Parts: sequence; C-alpha cells; structure tokens
Amino acid sequence: MSENAVSRRRAIGLAGAGVAGVVGASAVGVSLFTDKSEKSAEPAISDAVAFHGATQAGIVTPAQDRLHFVAFDVLTKDRAELVQMLKDWTAAAARMTAGQDAGPIGATAGILEAPPDDTGEAIGLPPSGLTLTIGFGPSLFRDASGKDRFGLAARKPAALADLPHFPGDTIDPAISAGDICVQACANDPQVAVHAIRNLARIGMGAVSVRWSQLGFGRTSSTSTTQATPRNLFGFKDGTANLKAEETDLLKQHLWVQPGDGPDWMTGGSYAVTRKIRMMIETWDRTSMGEQETIIGRTKGEGAALGQAKEFDEIDLKGLNGAGDPLIPVDAHVRLAHPDTNSGAHLLRRGYNFVDGSDGLGRLNAGLFFIAYQRDPRTHFVPIQTNLARHDAMNEYTRHVSSGLWACPPGVSGPDDFWGRALFA
Amino acid sequence: MRRTPLILSLVAISAVAACGSKSDKSTAAGSAGPITVKASDTACEVARSQLDAGTHVFTIANKGSKVTEFYVYAEGDRVMGEVENITPGLSRELRVELPAGTYQTACKPGMVGNGIRNTLTVAGSAAPLSQDAALAQAVTSYTSYVVSQSEALEQRTGDFVSAVKAGDLAKAKQLYPVARTYYERIEPVAESFGDLDPKIDGREDDATAELPFTGFHKLEKDLWVTKDVSKDGAIADQLQADVKDLVAKAKTEKLTPLQLANGAKELLDEVATSKITGEEERYSHTDLWDFAANVDGSQAAVAALRPALEQRKPELVKQIDTAFTSVDSELAKYRDGDGWKLQNQLTQEQLKGLSDVINALAEPISKIAGVIAEK
Repeated sequence: MSENAVSRRRAIGLAGAGVAGVVGASAVGVSLFTDKSEKSAEPAISDAVAFHGATQAGIVTPAQDRLHFVAFDVLTKDRAELVQMLKDWTAAAARMTAGQDAGPIGATAGILEAPPDDTGEAIGLPPSGLTLTIGFGPSLFRDASGKDRFGLAARKPAALADLPHFPGDTIDPAISAGDICVQACANDPQVAVHAIRNLARIGMGAVSVRWSQLGFGRTSSTSTTQATPRNLFGFKDGTANLKAEETDLLKQHLWVQPGDGPDWMTGGSYAVTRKIRMMIETWDRTSMGEQETIIGRTKGEGAALGQAKEFDEIDLKGLNGAGDPLIPVDAHVRLAHPDTNSGAHLLRRGYNFVDGSDGLGRLNAGLFFIAYQRDPRTHFVPIQTNLARHDAMNEYTRHVSSGLWACPPGVSGPDDFWGRALFA
Repeated sequence: MRRTPLILSLVAISAVAACGSKSDKSTAAGSAGPITVKASDTACEVARSQLDAGTHVFTIANKGSKVTEFYVYAEGDRVMGEVENITPGLSRELRVELPAGTYQTACKPGMVGNGIRNTLTVAGSAAPLSQDAALAQAVTSYTSYVVSQSEALEQRTGDFVSAVKAGDLAKAKQLYPVARTYYERIEPVAESFGDLDPKIDGREDDATAELPFTGFHKLEKDLWVTKDVSKDGAIADQLQADVKDLVAKAKTEKLTPLQLANGAKELLDEVATSKITGEEERYSHTDLWDFAANVDGSQAAVAALRPALEQRKPELVKQIDTAFTSVDSELAKYRDGDGWKLQNQLTQEQLKGLSDVINALAEPISKIAGVIAEK
C-alpha cells in the first residue's frame, strides 16, 4: 500500500487567503528556552498548522473558531496496546493536521470489500488550521481504587492532583474527567469533527469515548493578532488573556519548565476544562448596567469600567464619584485578574456551546472553558476558589463538567509519538 | 431484522452438512463403531479421546434433565460437527469427518455457555490446505452450522407455537427467548429471504398495510403486554409456516466466503444497534439472549474462516480471539441461571461496558472481509 500523501485539496492557493477574516502569525514554534517567537508569513485560516514542534500545537496557536473536544476511557489493560494506539493516533494526527486522510490508503482508494481507513467527510476540505492536542487525566495513572494501571503511577505529576470541589459546583461525573483527552480545534467544524471521529475509530477497543463537546465559536484570543471575541453573555472575553507573543509570561505561567518535574512534562502544560452552563434567559432580562457591573467591563467596547478603550489598563484601586470602587468588589474581571490572584495568569481557550435546548424552553448553552497553565495548584485552583466564593456572575452560571489534563510537550518529528517520554 | 435485505445468490445446491446425510462410508481404521457420549447436566463422558483421521459417528445420549447440544470443535471453536436440541432421554447421532489434529468435544446442558469440554486427538497426516480450499472449507463448515441452527429453530419455534396455541402464557414466555436464539444466531442468512424476515422478526413500527405486524414480536407483545394470546392462533400458525419456509431456503442457500465475513460483522452490528439498546425485545426485555446468540453466530462464521485467516493474517486472528474472550467474560456477568438478566435490569454503565467490548470486537472483525477479498 502506497502512502497517500496528497492533500485532500491540493491547491488552496492565494484564493483562500483572500477569504481569511482572521489572519495570525504562526506562533506554534515558541521556544521554551529563547525569547523569540518564530513568525512566518501570515497564513490563511484554511492553511495547515505545523503538527511537529517543541510544544503541542493548539495551545498558543491563534485560537481557531471551532472545537470538538473528546475524553476517552482506556479500556485495554495492555500497556503495549495502549502505546501502539498512541503511535497510530500520532501518525493519523500528523496526516489530518496536514490536510490528508487519516489512514495511508485514504477515504476512497482502498478495496471495495474493506472499510475505508478514512471516513471521508473531509474530502475536499483544506487543513483549516486543524490542531490536535492530547492530554492525560489523573485516572490514567491510578484508577479510583488507587491501582497503578500501566506502571505510570510513579510518573504522575504532583500538579495533576484532582481538582477540589468548588462552592456551587454541580458536576456531572458522566461528562467529566477521563483517562485521555484530545482537543481538536479548526476553522471548519467538519474538519474538527472528522479528526475526532477518526481517532475514536482508530482507538476502538483500546479506548472508548467517555464524553465529547462541540464548541461553535471561540471565546478567547491567544494572539495579539486576533480580535477579542464575545461569549454568550454578549461580552468580550479574554481581553487580558495570556498571548502567544508574551514569551516571558508564557515561561512563567504556561509551560512546564525544566526542574518543575516530572521530566516528561517539561515543555508541556496542564489543561483544566469546565463546561459552564449559562442561564441565558435570566441574563437576557438583566439590565445592561447590572450586566456591566457583574462583568466589570463595558458591553460595547469591552473597556474596564472607568476606562475608555478595551486594552486600557484596568484600575482595581480607583473609586467612582460616589466613593465606590470603579470595579465592584464582586465583579468577574476583578476576581479573575492576576493582581487579585498573586499574579497568576491563565491561557484561556474556551468555546461557546449550544447543546440544543433543555426541555424547559431554555437554550442549553454556555461556555466550554479550557485553560492552560504551568501548575493548576497555583493557578486555576486559587483563582476558581476565589471566583466560586465571590463572583457576582455565579448567579447566571453552573459548572456541570470538570476535567484536568497533563498535556505533554510537542511531538518532535515522525519518529516521536504522543506520550513517548511518559511511556519510556 | 433489516429493511433492505442482503440479496444472496439463490443458486440451489444441496448443502454439504457434516451432520447431514452423507453416504455411509466405513469409518477409518482403528475406529470400531460409534463413539458413545454420555451427556448429563454436569458431565460429558466421551468414550474415546484418541481417534484416527477419518469419518466418525458419535452417539450422544442425554441422561440429564436439561436439553443439551453436542459439538466437535477445531481450534478457535470452529465447528466440525454439532447436534442441537437433544432433549432429556433422547439419543442422537453425529457423523463428522475429522482430519488429523487436536479437537475439543463439548456438551452444552441448557444450551448455554462454553459447555463441558474434553480434548480429542486425531492421529494421521493432514496436508495443508490451499488458500482456495481453505475458503471452500469455510463455506462448507458454516453452511452446516446454518443447517443445524435452522433445524433447531424449526423445532423450538414449534414448541413455542404450541404453548401459545394452548394458551399457556408462562410456558410460552419461557420458550420465547430460546426459540429466538436460533433465529438470532443465523440472522444475516435469515434476513436474505425477502419478506420472510419482516414477517418473522418485524417490529410494530415496521408494519405496513401489505406487511402487518406478525411473527415473534407480535406474540411477544401479546405475551408480555396485553397478556392475551387467545386470538393469536393464526399468527402462531403463520410464524411456524414462515419459519419452515425459511429453514427450507436456508438449507439450499449457497454462501460465499465474503458473505461469511460480512455476516460476522453484521451480527455484531445487530448487537450494537438493537440489543444493547433494548430495541429488539422491547416487551420481554430478553435482549441478552439475542445478544449471546448474535455473538455465537458471529463466532461460528469467524471460526469457519479461521484456517483461511490463519494463512493470510494470523495477527488478526489473535486480536479477534482476545476480543471474543472479553465479550464472553463481560456478558457472563449477567448470566441468570440458564438464561440472562433482562436488558432493563442493567444500568447504563453496565450497558456501556457491553457496548465497549462489542465495539472492540467489531473493529477487527470488520477487517476480515478485506483480508478474505485480497488475493
């Protein structure tokens, strides 16, 4: 069988670039150890994002518009079978992110009697900025009874400690946690779904899908080249997010550094995922003034209250004419701000979701929150503890799923695979 | 059942059945007369454990209190010969041709599980099969399975129909999943005969003016929901007639190796789409009987193809063996006496466990057709 290395769509060419509404520097190659981010010519949103690199793509990559996130349970008890699946996944991920079919034969080139090694719904679609990012959950290392499932328990990072129960949490275990996650982000939802579907198919028997989530619109910018998008509350989200260009901050807050331990995580990052249901209908009948004081920003411009422009410095100490704080003490931006949280920054990468309606005439909608960080114990946990206790926004949100994932460093080249250093 | 029946070529040739009516050639040297098998509820005493290559006759006497079956298996539970439905007190004969090799005999009191096994060694020389011969043998072996299952289907449907017509609800309910077992084991073949499958196995929501709601599931509904079968005499007779028609057709069906491979996969698709969900047996919830029967049928088709697969892709055979073992042990958790727990007694988590092992099995089995097709 000959390798079908031809892209699903050979030439996107310059025509594609003209359609691009959002163009961004390829920030995939940001090094842990230098302060220079590699910039290439501005790519079109239909272009491929490099799969191989020192860090995984899909973290500081300018946030694509669509998400399909999946959590798997590992079924096999055989470590070698799991490793083989990770190798197969890596090969398929390298192909799909390059805009090729999932398998070496392809969607239509095989014999008629055998099922195709690609499912076909991405035929003719460009790479669409697809990134596939893998993470390992705490339960991969030890099961609920504490059993070391694959001889990995000694390699479990201390930072991968189960998240605590936060006040107000209404977590559904059926759509939480998991042994392995894959985040697929792309600028075409069909390309993202195609990638997850094919990984699930390839992993059949070794893993089983535990839950999955579609996101239809990004709620964060991860690069200064991107405009700040809006969440379903109608507010700009992620103005103060960590960005690919802030290389010093990325070292401090995003990437696991040499010496943090364990070694297999150096160059990786920890992802926290939270499905946050928004009480859309009650929010929509809240006055604009109250909405703005709950968030702490203006709805139109997205400026911090008391400021004029979106990126004007927030003033957490300032008072208004009545002698009250410009930013209320329970406003979301204040409680989430690094200055309120010992300087901790998160790289947020969330997506809006609507899962139909809830049978009570309400949209089942909200934010699928994803945040990457160097250590959740010093970042997400204290920030969320603070928010869960005091945030005025809590009246309009419910956290219904939770996940914590150790995302290893990037795949260096064709001989490397997802999790190689972990299973070494 | 499926709405678009697989059209098989209906070339009528007489199926060569290992347990059928082959001419009575003398048995091989060293074998003196029939080999007696004393089957009881707890034992399976085969008079001899070593034979010479050739054709042998087993006489199985059921001394137990449960209906039993007797099998001779080659490696991977490939059925060399079998007798179904040996009722207590009855004796049946099995004539089977055995080339040199190591086999297992099995009695299955209650007709469930792996059975009571013994090793049987057959001495002599066995030339390796050519690839074409291996495929031809697969068809012969599986055809004999279909014939024996369909004969049992006809008998057990008769028992069930009699109980329905006698108005014995309790007995009919007990016999229902047993009769269905034989249908479900050969479902891909049964589905290939036009309207017979919808008449025998159709659901209420598939019914049309031309094909009204009849067959097993109509009786199931009346047994479990309306609890009144007093007006079902005609339905019961029609079911018996349709099954008889189906059995006659199945016996003359000419199958191809590719159909065996696809059938093995389709049976698992049946499990995934209509058994785990409880869709098939929505009134009786006896879906796990069908589940086990579908898996049995899939295993029989794979076992028949085994020598050919061993030649072409031995690592796939290993993978499939492991996956069948996982299915067996997962399903065994829901054993209830000689039968199974009801589908609606299982939690969502338990059903996902079953779904996971079926998916894990169906994935390698979906590769068989491609392996068989490639020269």
